[in-house]
Amino acid sequence: MLSLIVFLPLAAALALLALPRLGDTAARWAWVAVAAADLALVVAAWLRYETPTAGRLAFEEQAEWIPGVNSSYHLGVDGLSLPLIAMTAVIFLACAIFALRETDRPRLQAALFLFLQSVSMGLFVAADLILFFVFFDLSIVGMYFVIAGWGHGNAARSAMKFFLYTFLGSLALLVGFIGLYIAADPHTFDMVELAEQTPFAGSSLAGGLVLAAILIGLAVKTPTVPFHTWLPPAHTDAPAIGSAVLAGVLLKMGTYGFVRIAMPMLPEAWRDWAWVIIVVGIVSVVYGALVALAQTNFKRMVAYTSVNHMGYIVLAVGAAGLVADDTAQARSVAVTGAVTQMVSHGLITGALFLLAGVLQDRAATYDMDSYGGLAGPAPRFAAFFAVGAFASLGLPGLSGFIAEFQIFTGSIAAAPVTAVALVGILLTAALFLRALQRIFTGETRGRSVGFTDLRAAEVWSVGPLLVLSLLIGVFPRPLLAVIEPAAEVAVELVGR
Amino acid sequence: MAMRPLLLLPEIVLFLGGLTVLVSGSFLPRTRQWVTRVIAAVALVAAAILAAVDLPGSAQPAMEGTFTVDTATGVARIVAALGTLIVLALASDEIAGSPRESETYALFLFSTTGTLVLAGADDLLVVVVGFLLASIPLYGLIGIARTPRGAEAAMKTYLLGALFGILLLLGVTLLYGVSATTSYADLTDRLAEAPQGVVAAGVVAVLGGLMFKAGGVPGHFWVPDAAEGAGGAVAAFLTTVPKIGAMIAAYRLIAMLPDTLAWPLLVAVLAVASMTLGNLAAYWQTDPRRLLGWSTVSQVGYLLVPVAVAGRSDLALPALLLYLAGYTVTNLAAFAVTTALPDRRDLDSYRGMGRARPWLGASLVVALLGLVGTPPTVVFAGKLTTTAAAWDGGLAWLAVLVFVNTVVSLFYYLRWIAPVYGRGEPPARTLPGAFIPAAWSATTAVVTAGLSLALGIGAGVLWRVFSV
Repeated sequence: MLSLIVFLPLAAALALLALPRLGDTAARWAWVAVAAADLALVVAAWLRYETPTAGRLAFEEQAEWIPGVNSSYHLGVDGLSLPLIAMTAVIFLACAIFALRETDRPRLQAALFLFLQSVSMGLFVAADLILFFVFFDLSIVGMYFVIAGWGHGNAARSAMKFFLYTFLGSLALLVGFIGLYIAADPHTFDMVELAEQTPFAGSSLAGGLVLAAILIGLAVKTPTVPFHTWLPPAHTDAPAIGSAVLAGVLLKMGTYGFVRIAMPMLPEAWRDWAWVIIVVGIVSVVYGALVALAQTNFKRMVAYTSVNHMGYIVLAVGAAGLVADDTAQARSVAVTGAVTQMVSHGLITGALFLLAGVLQDRAATYDMDSYGGLAGPAPRFAAFFAVGAFASLGLPGLSGFIAEFQIFTGSIAAAPVTAVALVGILLTAALFLRALQRIFTGETRGRSVGFTDLRAAEVWSVGPLLVLSLLIGVFPRPLLAVIEPAAEVAVELVGR
Repeated sequence: MAMRPLLLLPEIVLFLGGLTVLVSGSFLPRTRQWVTRVIAAVALVAAAILAAVDLPGSAQPAMEGTFTVDTATGVARIVAALGTLIVLALASDEIAGSPRESETYALFLFSTTGTLVLAGADDLLVVVVGFLLASIPLYGLIGIARTPRGAEAAMKTYLLGALFGILLLLGVTLLYGVSATTSYADLTDRLAEAPQGVVAAGVVAVLGGLMFKAGGVPGHFWVPDAAEGAGGAVAAFLTTVPKIGAMIAAYRLIAMLPDTLAWPLLVAVLAVASMTLGNLAAYWQTDPRRLLGWSTVSQVGYLLVPVAVAGRSDLALPALLLYLAGYTVTNLAAFAVTTALPDRRDLDSYRGMGRARPWLGASLVVALLGLVGTPPTVVFAGKLTTTAAAWDGGLAWLAVLVFVNTVVSLFYYLRWIAPVYGRGEPPARTLPGAFIPAAWSATTAVVTAGLSLALGIGAGVLWRVFSV
């Protein structure tokens, strides 16, 4: 089942490449069909999903791969990964629909995104560190070609920066993985076994160094301050769907690594370094929001709010490491909030980047001051934009609120000082309201004149993302029911 | 102890094949020299098959214990023979019909034989024989193109080869002088009691000779010149096949030494020097072959990592063999792209190639990212296992330096990939007619790049064979 979910898009990508005579329209619709089929498979998996026993995975598949170093093809899902693969499938489908109007090499683009979808799905279901790393690295390669091949502005330079920077991170991660492998007895790369063994129990220096390597690797990908500098140029110059996938899916690979790898496998080191992680989280929240506030380029602004939103997740998982007997419940709420935030941020930021793509498509600029009174000529665009902005700033009734509420409830209970990060919410509220005001209110002027409202493909790609955010905001129970048991296990593991 | 010459059948087949090519080439008219290519290919395939049949066996001594046939020798035979076969495919475009066709093939076969003698050598004197047999044909090969640059490269290689050959002999003399033997079987014990200063000087000299053959620091100066000045097929050969024998010989040497001096540190320093120097020197190269030449210097650094922990980690030998096999395939894929477009000797001249020739472009990406060590190519599996071996053998810092260097190397490989997929090229550069690749090389590039991916995904199978 999981192998099919992972490799169906890849098979479709190869088929698209092997059929150069296929027309552009057929290629675009084939992409939509495959993305929809993959989503259907994920939904089927969700319906059949039953919470596995603590420390185990559901839908497990295992086959020998490189037995010499105890690395196997091992897949499985639990409450941490299932919501993420569902979110991934939704975002890729939205991108496929959005790209129905693409004219620049649509067949190749479809193949590349299907490849990226396979890679992203594979990463979230991987239960072996090497398998995880393979997908982690391939996601970088795929995104490099998306930015270099379909970007605008200074795309070549941004793509190169993105590749070099995140590749550096991935190799730091690999160093950490090899450290875990060598310390484990017997040597293994299997995530489930490593989480059982906790290889560095009792050696805090070596454990701390290995955790540092893994944290740097994940922090570059997430990204957190001070490793975030690749993100704004990459986003600004990437195509709309590239940005949506980069922010929606690829950034989650970093945060997912925290809960899947760092916390359960290095609990002792995680507890020792919890305060550092919390501080990095708080700084990311505040700094990301402040820099976003200063932007005039809409896409750059959203990119910096991603740094801010990822900061909440880092804060929450850091707080989960402050082990005390009476806060287990609260810390589990924080981790649940972190995972919910991953899903919520994926949906909302994905939608916002697609909307930014509409700005670029119609008026070829992201500069907010070039617009004004856009609500007049483009009411649907304005409405979608407003929902996205409110969701992103954490308005109750939308998914961002559920996530951030849990993060703060849990974190403040574990460490009251984390309340400092609440400033971030205030700042994002201010910056989104200001953006709304700049672009949409007042007299219709500048690039707003003659702006065509959203077309069908755009409505049907952005709309579902926002509807899902609303659904999660109003009925969070089905999602939380999946996440909560896994979050409890994660908190239990880090407390060992 | 007995001679048991049949154990050396693959080497004998290659050498006799070389002689046959040489003789028959003299009697065949210019238009029918392709027959010699077929003979050479048959000899290589036969050698690889013979080696494969023998492969899963325990170590067997031959030639009175001076030569060992074990898994490492067997893998070296298969990889070197198939590597040279791939080089022959590249030569089909470039050398077919040239005045020195059969001589080139014969020299390929002789040099391959030499590299295999090095790989199996269990005696210092056999190492010297292998060194000479692998090197002398190489001088001829580099100069055979008869271009000014080729002549310069041949002269440089010859002088350096002579220097390092003498150094190698000096090292052997020193080690023999303090131990009264050249056989690895006896050296371990006798060197333990010998004066350590002399032993260190001798080992450094022998290792220096091997580094000339492998193209690593300090014997690397000829590699970029030869890669640039020689013909494409020869450049592909000399940056790939000789390394196989030299690295395995270095492994056997280090594994044999007694634990009296910090040998791992010595090799680790050479490894770091090679990878760092190769990477930094490759940075601003504009000729793709010269860039690849420097990149192979850095690859020798990575190959030395498992040698540094020879005998200290069970992972070391299989990791070395896996990296060698993966490197051979991937490096040949990269060179195949350059021989497919032999006149494009500037990175900038590749602009638009990705759109004009998507398969060739994809092969180049796989090959270059493969050389970086990006999964799922086989070099990734090699890099993973070699660094795991280093860490396992107590050299965690070496593993970290490997990854630091890997990041450094990514930049210059991307400098080549970027123009291939650059945007906004005029249609004149992106239509298939803008790039007319040579047929054999282009096919070889696609096949070897595919092989690099396939072996990476099937690395588990390779590992099982290599760790017998």
